[in-house]
Order: sequence, then C-alpha cells, then structure tokens
Amino acid sequence: MALDTTTQTRIDLIAVADLVREGARVLDVGCGEGELLELLRDRRQVDGRGVEISQAGVNACVARGLSVVQGDADRDLGDYPDDSFDYVILSQTIQATRNPREVLGQMKRIGRRVVVSFPNFGHWKIRLQLLLSGRMPVTRTLADEWYDTPNIHLCTVRDFLDLCEAENLAIEKALMLAGDTSWTEHNPGTRANLRAEQAVFLLYRK
Amino acid sequence: MSAAAGAHTGATPQDPRLEAPEARLETVTFGPDKPLRLDSGENLSPVTLAYNTYGELNADKSNAVLICHALTMDQHVANAHPQTDKPGWWLRMVGPGRTIDTNRFFVICPNVIGGCQGSSGPTETNPKTGNPYGLDFPVITIADMVRSQAMLLDHLGVETLFCAIGGSMGGMQVLEWASAYPERVFSAIPMATAARHSAQNIAFHEVGRQAIMADPDWHGGTYLDHGTRPTKGLSVARMAAHITYLSETALFRKFDRNLQDRDTLTYDFGAPDFQIESYLRHQGMTFVDRFDANSYLYITRAMDYFDLAAAHGGVLANAFKGTKTRFCVVSFTSDWHYPTAYNKQIVHALIAAGANVSFVEIETDKGHDAFLLDEPVMDDTLAGFIASAARQRGLV
Repeated sequence: MALDTTTQTRIDLIAVADLVREGARVLDVGCGEGELLELLRDRRQVDGRGVEISQAGVNACVARGLSVVQGDADRDLGDYPDDSFDYVILSQTIQATRNPREVLGQMKRIGRRVVVSFPNFGHWKIRLQLLLSGRMPVTRTLADEWYDTPNIHLCTVRDFLDLCEAENLAIEKALMLAGDTSWTEHNPGTRANLRAEQAVFLLYRK
Repeated sequence: MSAAAGAHTGATPQDPRLEAPEARLETVTFGPDKPLRLDSGENLSPVTLAYNTYGELNADKSNAVLICHALTMDQHVANAHPQTDKPGWWLRMVGPGRTIDTNRFFVICPNVIGGCQGSSGPTETNPKTGNPYGLDFPVITIADMVRSQAMLLDHLGVETLFCAIGGSMGGMQVLEWASAYPERVFSAIPMATAARHSAQNIAFHEVGRQAIMADPDWHGGTYLDHGTRPTKGLSVARMAAHITYLSETALFRKFDRNLQDRDTLTYDFGAPDFQIESYLRHQGMTFVDRFDANSYLYITRAMDYFDLAAAHGGVLANAFKGTKTRFCVVSFTSDWHYPTAYNKQIVHALIAAGANVSFVEIETDKGHDAFLLDEPVMDDTLAGFIASAARQRGLV
C-alpha cells in the first residue's frame, strides 16, 4: 500500500506468495489493484478473493478477472464465516488500518493461516534518520511525509511480535527483507529488527 | 435525448453505427401437460413465452447467456423494436464483439410473464372466456417469472447457463435464478438491484398503480373489452417512475429550471412552463404506445412482493448457501432507486454464504438508468468478469 517502488513490491509479494500452498483458498485484505492475487493465481493456482477499500482498485481487480469486493478491513471482515479460507493475507496494509489488533483478530478467525507483511519501523536507517534529523523518517518503503501518509499505525518487528503474543498467534515462519535480499529468522531479535526493511510473518492460532 | 434518458424510457441514445446482431423472434407455448406452478398457489396454463435469441448454442451447450429485462423493457434487447422501430435497449452491451459477444455466446432474452410483448399476461386471451385476461390473470412473482424461464431453458435444451445478467428487476430475476437453480447458473451478474423491495420503492409503485386505477378508462381492468385504454393513468405512472430512474444531478444538468419554448412564466396550467415538465409528459405519452396498463400493475406487484430473505427464513445468506455460482454485483453511485447500500446487502449475504463474489460500484451521475448507458468502467469490469468466468467454464 505504502510502497512506491516496483522492485520492492515484487520482492515483498514474491516472499508472501512463497508462503502460500498451491491450490489454497486465499483472502487478500487490502489487495490494491490485485498484483498479489494475480501472482498467487498464476504461480500458486490459488482460489483467491480480495477486499479493497478504493473503488478504483476494486474495479481494476475485477477487470483483471479477480474476485474482489469493495470493503474496509476495519469494518467489513465480520461477514466472512469462520475458517472459510486457508490463508488470510494482509500485505503492506496493517499499518494503514485504524485498529490493527481487531483486524488481526478477524483474520485469525476467518483463516487457518494468517500472513502479514509490513514495513519495519525498527530498521537502523529509520532510527538513525530520526536521531540525526529530528524529523519523521522518509524512506524507500515509507515514502510519504507524516501529514499525508496513510500509515497511521507503524510498528517495528519487535512491536509486531508483542501483538502476536497478545493475540495468541504463533509464528510458523518469519521472513526478513532488506534491499534485494531476504532471509528466514527462527527467532527474530534485535539484529533482525535493525536489519529488516520489511518483514513477512506466517502465523497460526495457538 | 441525451444522458438523462435511459432505455427505461425506450429512448436510449444508441450509437447509430452499432450493428444489431441477427435476432430470432420466437414463441413457445407449454400446454396443459406443463402448467406453471405459481407462488399464489394457482396453476397457469397454457403458458406462453415470447423470447429472442442471438448467436449460436455451442455443441457442449455451455455458452448460453440469459438476459433478464427490467420492469418496462422486453425481449428486444439487441434488435429494433417491432412496434417502435427503436434500437434494442441494450444494443451497446449485446452484439458481435461487444461485452456480451453474440459471436461467442448464445443469448436468450425472454419477455417476462405478466408482460405485454407476447408472453402470457393480462392482455392475452383467457382460454376460459375467450376475452383478454385483464385482472383475471393470476398475480405473479419474480420466482414465477424465473420458473417459467427454467421451462424455456428445458425447451431449448440448455441445462446450465454460462451467465444470467440483468439490471433492476432483471437483477432480481438473476438473484432468484441463482438461489432457486444454483446448479444451473455458472455466473451471475445482478446490477442496480435489491434482494428485497424497500418501502420507498413500493411507495413509488403504489402511486403508479393508483394513477392507472383512477383513470376512468381503466374500467376495473376490463378496458380492452370496452375498446379503451387508460393512457392518462399509465402516463402519470410512467412520469412518477421515470423520476426515480434519474439522479438529481442529471436532472439539474439537463433541465435545471429552464423554460420550455418561452421566456416568461405562463401563470397557467396548460402548456408546460418548464422543460422538465415537457420531458416527463413526452416520456408518459410515448410509453403508453408500447406498454399495457394492466401489465404495469402485475409487474410492479411482482417486484413489490420480492423479498429473497423472507423466502429463506429471514436470512438472505441462506438463499445462497453452498452456491458455486460466481457473482459480480454492480451498483452506481447516483442510483437512489436501488442504491449501493441495497446491492451491498446482497454482497454481504454472498460473503457470509462463502460465495465467490465481486462487487463494483460505478462512479456516475446518471442515476439508476446508468446500467443501460455509456459507462466505460462498467464495460471494463463486466468484460473482465465475463472473460475470467469464460476461462473457468472452458469457453476460450
């Protein structure tokens, strides 16, 4: 959502797609113009659905042959039945929701697995920018000024781990991304929180 | 007529360069061995359906598209109307190479029962009396219309529709189709519609019905026996309904308070002062040439009775339980007759039923009639949905 460079979007989406089993039922919450759903359909043959808040995004998705409804992650997930998807994905969206905890709670109700990717506000460059300039950081993954960013709930890898703990979500896999590289962390700690520009988590209910 | 006039008016602005596909104008009558069971408990027999087809049914019989028409339209979806010679009401959507491509699909468009273009309805002859049915025609429902269409598909040898599509009352039939015959509908496109008719919609219909019945020429519905027609009443009904098809913005854009062929107010009640008055009078006058007053009573009644949730224990999602049909629900921002909220109720129910559903809201100021008009975003999304469904169906 907040990403603006194509290469970053690609590596992030590929990382998410790699976590999804072939032929699975997938709900992509905040699916934008359907790049991830299309990737999942073409590479993983998933039965994919999407929810997108912007009508332009929805229309683009449906024109691409994707099953997408206009809706708000904060309000409209309540209609979905329990366990109706194998995966519910929140790709680069959690930081733009009004109530991330409730959204995550709905996701774990609807899906057997939850995938969340987000820009890591704990990355060393962001910390350094704030320390040295005394201004809200603007980076490749967080390109907007503070007053016009859709990202109202930014968090670090460590913050996100705390939320997972509070929501009784266990980590099946954690992928860290920086530049063009990605690596798996079995127990993401201080180093991961400093090095990762983005993080992708595959979660399940404890 | 410009954008303010949709095909609900029978005066759709069509591109004159659009070629009409070759149409077959057909009729089928089901005899006493195949009565139509009605929701009212009555059986209707014989039952006649007038329908048009375009394109060819493929060997697998998997490429049939059913177009369900709205209140005042008919089976002449893509050919010139035999009575008025006006182009088909959805010619911009249906034809060779168009969104509903008659080179690829076998398109079927029946006139609803209760209608007045050849299907069984109050203008047809009652076999018991030899006179027009009038109000002796049984009250019919949307489900009855759909049941008769299922008989038509049996007659045509079409087991499963590739797609059922329609706007307004056509959308109600599409929803009823998907609910009553889920295994016979591969994909469904309900547009600008509702799963239950609202009090406001019933209210507008009641105004129309009362206008018709207040016309002395209506004669308790037996006007055909008297050699008259309640044209004044039907015309007023049409004028009232027509307002609901347009948005306030569109009325402002086209008419505002402009005066009709004059510079000053008349301080009189004869000739119309305002252009909007003249426009509505024209819509009423032309409508009565092609529509029957009793049909208007019956079809508006059918719409008012429509409540898909009530028919499924009050829970709309139950109407679609276990459905495998792919849905694309379409609404329009300035449609206050069947607003986005009504269409979203359908979407919410489909999601709760675990259905495969897409939902688009088209940004437009053309009101309810927008589904009939030039809306490029609507065309793109429908084309994308239909192409994707066709791939799934193996129609490439």
